[in-house]
Amino acid sequence: MSTTQNQTIPSIIDAEDLSIFYGNFRAVKNVFMKINPNKITAIIGPSGCGKSTVLRSFNRMNDFIPNCHVTGQITFQGHNIYADDVDPVQVRQRIGMVFQKPNPFPKSIFDNVAWGLRINGMKGDLSEPVEQALRQAALWDEVKDHLKKSGLSLSGGQQQRLCIARALAVKPDIILMDEPCSALDPIATLKIEDLMRELSKDYTIIIVTHNMQQAARASDYTAFFTMDSDRAGLMVEYGETSHIFTNPHDKRTEDYITGRYG
Amino acid sequence: MTREILTHQIKQLIDEVLLLGSMVEEATLNSITALKNRDVKTARTLYDDDILINDKRYAIENAIIITIATQQPMAHDLRFLAAILEIITELERMGDYAKGIAKVTMRLGDTELQVPIREIERMGELGVGMLHRALSAFVHEDARVASKIPAEDVAVDSLYNEIYHQLIHQMIADPQAIESINLLLWVVHNLERLADRVTNICERTVFITTGELMEMDSSDDEDTE
Repeated sequence: MSTTQNQTIPSIIDAEDLSIFYGNFRAVKNVFMKINPNKITAIIGPSGCGKSTVLRSFNRMNDFIPNCHVTGQITFQGHNIYADDVDPVQVRQRIGMVFQKPNPFPKSIFDNVAWGLRINGMKGDLSEPVEQALRQAALWDEVKDHLKKSGLSLSGGQQQRLCIARALAVKPDIILMDEPCSALDPIATLKIEDLMRELSKDYTIIIVTHNMQQAARASDYTAFFTMDSDRAGLMVEYGETSHIFTNPHDKRTEDYITGRYG
Repeated sequence: MTREILTHQIKQLIDEVLLLGSMVEEATLNSITALKNRDVKTARTLYDDDILINDKRYAIENAIIITIATQQPMAHDLRFLAAILEIITELERMGDYAKGIAKVTMRLGDTELQVPIREIERMGELGVGMLHRALSAFVHEDARVASKIPAEDVAVDSLYNEIYHQLIHQMIADPQAIESINLLLWVVHNLERLADRVTNICERTVFITTGELMEMDSSDDEDTE
């Protein structure tokens, strides 16, 4: 199993022998994965291979699922995020998430972005950080004249960029994206991909996608997960995207990306 | 079985490449026969028919572009299609060499000239034999066979040198015939280059199976028809 870590730059996330359980069922087993900073890492694989489960474990989103627990270790900038003294809310502030379906709050565009800032205790005039987040999410020009309109009035692609702006506002280091374009049309999808590339200058992005072309187009590194005979997900291969899509090492990866899986 | 459309399209492309290959083999051997028989009429037909080889190459290239655009091939499939793009370019250039030989026969007309035809035929047989097996290795994705073929180029080069010296001697002995003999030098040069290009096809077969792009032969890349 390759780990692709750039030898000169320390990884920002390091999963070591990660297994994730739902009750007694082991959904993911023995993942060793180092995420390079300021890069886009895509996780691909068939349904049920545990890719979203792994993604959610990176910011302890799995905590919300009853009976879910992890073994092994996930470190973020060298700190074990599952240590007893770690506040998961703080983890999620540093490691934000964008979901499959755009889920803006039924509030104004401004309040959607300001929300994270307010719960983090920021008060007073938030217009500057809100504008900055909306600019970073490539949405500012489209919404600057109607920031008081409901976030729900935007198109699907705009809503997703609003959710990205909301995640960016609290200045995370990493943005996790769980199939962020699956509800979007092709043009809105390409806009998000362009945005990801732009954001990767300042952020580390990890994206789960069912769309292999998207992984090929948008990511620097790709991890392929599949299901083992015991139905547990495992990482088969992880490497540079240019390599994975032209000459993968493992036959299971080859079969999957050439569409000959199953 | 998934990817039936892509699999079907790739199979069709393989058939087309083999067809193109056989057109080139035939054109090469026929151009030598036309030279042997000093058959200007057949040579003209071969010269004109090169356009069929060019058309076939462009048709295959177009089909590959459509397949890439519509099927988004990855990994082995992608390498295979990329390899075909290179292989058909080589085949098309080999077709040009055959056309060049036909042109020599046309230009010689019925000029009296001693042609080392047995050696030229031997060169053609060797080159076409290499090409035939290289295409077979490509179809079967047999990197082992493909990587052995380039070594056979030594025999072709050796014949080339032999004929070259023979023709130079002829020139010295009969300066009046220099222009005609020079045309024969073109013929052997084209056959020598054909064999060189077989090596490029073998390199692509290795690329398909291993993903490695590597040069198998360091012979010169001089290119004249």
